[in-house]
Amino acid sequence: MTYIAKPRLHHPTLAVNKVGYTRRDYEGKISTLCAGCGHDSISAAIIQACWELDVEPHRVAKLSGIGCSSKTPDYFLGNSHGFNSVHGRMPSVLTGANLANRDLIYLGISGDGDSASIGIGQFAHGMRRAVNMVYIVENNGVYGLTKGQFSATADQGSQSKRGIVNNDSAVDLVALALQLGATFVARSFSGDKSQLVPLIKAAIVHPGAAFIDVISPCVAFNNHTGSTKSYEYVRDHNEPVNRIDFDYWPKREEITVDYAEGEVVSVTQHDGSVLRLHKLAADYDAHDRIGAMNFLQQRHALGEVVTGLLYVDPQPEDLHAHLKTAETPFNTLGAKDLCPGSAALEKINASLR
Amino acid sequence: MKPIEAVNDFVVKFANVNGSGSASANELFARSILRMGVPVSPRNIFPSNIQGLPTWYEVRVTERGYLGRRGGVDLMVAMNPQTWERDVKEIEPGGYLFYDSTRALPKSKFRDDIQVIGMPLTEICNSTYTDPRQRQLFKNIVYVGALSALLEIDPKAIETLFSEQYRGKEKLLDSNVKALHLGRDYAASQLQCPLAIKVRRADKVGNRIFLEGNSAAALGAVYGGATVCAWYPITPSSSLAEAFQRYCQRLRVDPLTKRNRFAVVQAEDELASIGIVVGAGWNGARAFTATSGPGISLMTEFIGLAYFAEIPVTIVNVQRGGPSTGMPTRTQQSDVLACAYASHGDTKHVLLFPEDPKECFDFTAKALDLAERLQTPVFVMTDLDIGMNTRLCEPLAWDDTQAYDRGKLMTYERLEAGAEFGRYLDVDGDGIAYRTLPGTHPTRGGYFTRGTTKDRFARYSEAGPDYMENMQRLLRKFETAKTLVPRPLLLPAPKPARFGAIFYGSTSPAMVEALDALADRGILVNALRIRAFPFADEIVDFCNSHPWVFVIEQNRDAQLKTLLVNEAGVNQNRLISVLHYDGTPITARYIVDEIARHAGAHTVVPFKKVVS
Ligand SMILES: Cc1ncc(C[n+]2csc(CCOP(=O)(O)OP(=O)(O)O)c2C)c(N)n1
Ligand code: SF4
Ligand SMILES: [Mg+2]
Repeated sequence: MTYIAKPRLHHPTLAVNKVGYTRRDYEGKISTLCAGCGHDSISAAIIQACWELDVEPHRVAKLSGIGCSSKTPDYFLGNSHGFNSVHGRMPSVLTGANLANRDLIYLGISGDGDSASIGIGQFAHGMRRAVNMVYIVENNGVYGLTKGQFSATADQGSQSKRGIVNNDSAVDLVALALQLGATFVARSFSGDKSQLVPLIKAAIVHPGAAFIDVISPCVAFNNHTGSTKSYEYVRDHNEPVNRIDFDYWPKREEITVDYAEGEVVSVTQHDGSVLRLHKLAADYDAHDRIGAMNFLQQRHALGEVVTGLLYVDPQPEDLHAHLKTAETPFNTLGAKDLCPGSAALEKINASLR
Repeated sequence: MKPIEAVNDFVVKFANVNGSGSASANELFARSILRMGVPVSPRNIFPSNIQGLPTWYEVRVTERGYLGRRGGVDLMVAMNPQTWERDVKEIEPGGYLFYDSTRALPKSKFRDDIQVIGMPLTEICNSTYTDPRQRQLFKNIVYVGALSALLEIDPKAIETLFSEQYRGKEKLLDSNVKALHLGRDYAASQLQCPLAIKVRRADKVGNRIFLEGNSAAALGAVYGGATVCAWYPITPSSSLAEAFQRYCQRLRVDPLTKRNRFAVVQAEDELASIGIVVGAGWNGARAFTATSGPGISLMTEFIGLAYFAEIPVTIVNVQRGGPSTGMPTRTQQSDVLACAYASHGDTKHVLLFPEDPKECFDFTAKALDLAERLQTPVFVMTDLDIGMNTRLCEPLAWDDTQAYDRGKLMTYERLEAGAEFGRYLDVDGDGIAYRTLPGTHPTRGGYFTRGTTKDRFARYSEAGPDYMENMQRLLRKFETAKTLVPRPLLLPAPKPARFGAIFYGSTSPAMVEALDALADRGILVNALRIRAFPFADEIVDFCNSHPWVFVIEQNRDAQLKTLLVNEAGVNQNRLISVLHYDGTPITARYIVDEIARHAGAHTVVPFKKVVS
């Protein structure tokens, strides 16, 4: 299939990107989430990232599970196909979709209940399988849609609005993703657009399993003092390991960077795109999986929420590489490519007599 | 007691210990008879274990081509001391017992109404081979050799099979031929050969082939264009996915790039298997999963999503004994209702019922077409009896001119030309709407797929009328399915008959045999083999044109009958259930006895006198 980018008419004041779209072309339906919900900020960051990256909207497939977070694919990239599947099972649906057509960009949107509670199995196996995708968990520590019950990422000892105490220890999806073999692992905060947008862009071009845990306060059920998923807590306890700039190849005009040498490290990815990590933590190495795991745990013990790109493998392999699948998308193959034909069947018959 | 006499019409049963290497020797035995032009129908009876537990292999030799399980044993090859008592008990009066006489057994261990043939197999092997593994493996070939002499099986047929199997492995070939003759020579010189049951060359096999239903279904998936297979191991379906992988490695690797035009994912569970299939189907690849009862239970939430969001999905259900873990290595047709109505809310699904490996091939390929045409889950309802036994069937056939039916796919060109697109808009009354695949067009045809209710244009809507319209359209679609699924097949009685009988799936060979036997006894029955749900109108006509209709099933609760009453409005007072559900394949004897009993035919001769 060929995709012709169509010439488009635009309002003269709206900036157009390389593929001829304005930022507005990346928007979706009007959100029905609560005003102030962190999830809406993440949608805005996705819109910004796709526009800046010159992604053609219809080349993105958006998949999600069930929850307030999983509803959001309806609120961005309105011309893209979306699939709001079943609770906790987005990773398998995305895996199948990706196998059917390796040429699209797969964006998986999930919640903490969706990925760390009911769907922790699929989350884990999706990471293990190295599916080429961007997997974003909009993490608020509660089940927003079912009105505020604890999810598996809720802080141990925290109290719900209804006064119930959570005694179970919390799942850290970032730690899990690191352990399970994800090749791009990051955490950010819905309120920190300048960190989140470049992270999403970097995740999109990363040709492997890219995971971003985005802390996203639920203003209805989990934004009170004491919650580690509140706006206030994250602002006060955020420990960014790095800030990244992101240049996509072919490079745009040079973005001037104001950091002194030694503070910036460039990571050239598989496809030629360049990630520039602004090292804030002097000794942070984003290529060291074990180091990332240690750092994460150490900071966690201090009550800090580590954000930034914790780990990236610049030469990742994905599921298609593992399965040695053909370059041509499966969904374009017909009988002439797939059916061995009657002569081959005759041979098979002959061997069965 | 007079020994049983029979040519090309008897049952041999091998009692072995699982993992002793007997399986390939027993299959060799069955194949050698086929090579003599005499049909055989073998069945594995095995436990849910890999090693150490009893396992049986039953071979029905049947010149008349009755491939159902007959019941009863004429010759027992008793190689398992653990099951000796019941194995000896199972032999028909006048039948034969072949056993390893290395260790003497007291007279009380035998019966005096059977013929006992002892052969010191262990002793022979111990004195011939030094390696313990060889002693065990060749013991199996030695008894095949002895049986070939006892039953007059042509040793050339066996040698040919060896040479095909061990092509290029001369050492293995020689040692197997040697073991074969070791057994033959002993039997010829020390035992009374031949027995009064024997094999005689015939020409009743024709060009039929001999394969397992699971392999056939896997080939059907290859030919039908499946590119994605996601599965989780479960007996009796695992060998289907494994066969798909094997065939694909042979038939689906791009010769130039050496890259695969298929992807097989062994998922973490059945939820993920079906999820992967749903995702692939949504994105336009032909995808399937193979599973059995417990897997179906896990998949049901996704099946409802695929039904409601209208996504092509193919599920091969190799049924086993339920409920729960049930009888994992036994056969049943007990998932009919679970699949017909899988998932919560009002759902109905297309089911196909293959009778043998040939139809497993045809129907799996067909299911992939139907799933795309109807944009819905389609089940291939096979079972352990078909799936895991090597069965004689018509050769597989494929029409090279036939293209895949991709169903209603809206293309870039049509969108570009301004065609109206509503994902759930019924444009021509068949209940099926056009779909687009992700990435088709930059600005048109994109839509949001969801399991929640929506309007014709895929917009979220909880409005009652939108919901109702959509549910009604799904019913219309099911009516369309009726016209597309395989039609029922009528097996008319030789003369006008008062009784009707409905059967499906693996009951077929036993039923065909039962109909002959019933006719011999003057009980005339018109039989209809149902091959799919939704039910074609002729099924209703068939029921209405017979005062009594037997419904033969391999489950306790008469599931197909329930479906007939529920979905086709058949008068249940006309329907008489014949149910067999102990986990063994249904037999003609059982069907005949049940039908004869109900038919009130108490004057007819007992069945056993009619069939030797
Ligand atoms: C099988 C199943 N069980 C329960 C539910 C009900 N349910 C809907 S959303 C949800 C929790 C969602 O939480 P999360 O993923 O954190 O999303 P949030 O709303 O917080 O963004 C639950 C339990 C469901 N849809 N499906
Ligand atoms: S309930 Fe919470 S998560 Fe859901 S929309 Fe409202 S603020 Fe967002
Ligand atoms: Mg949540």
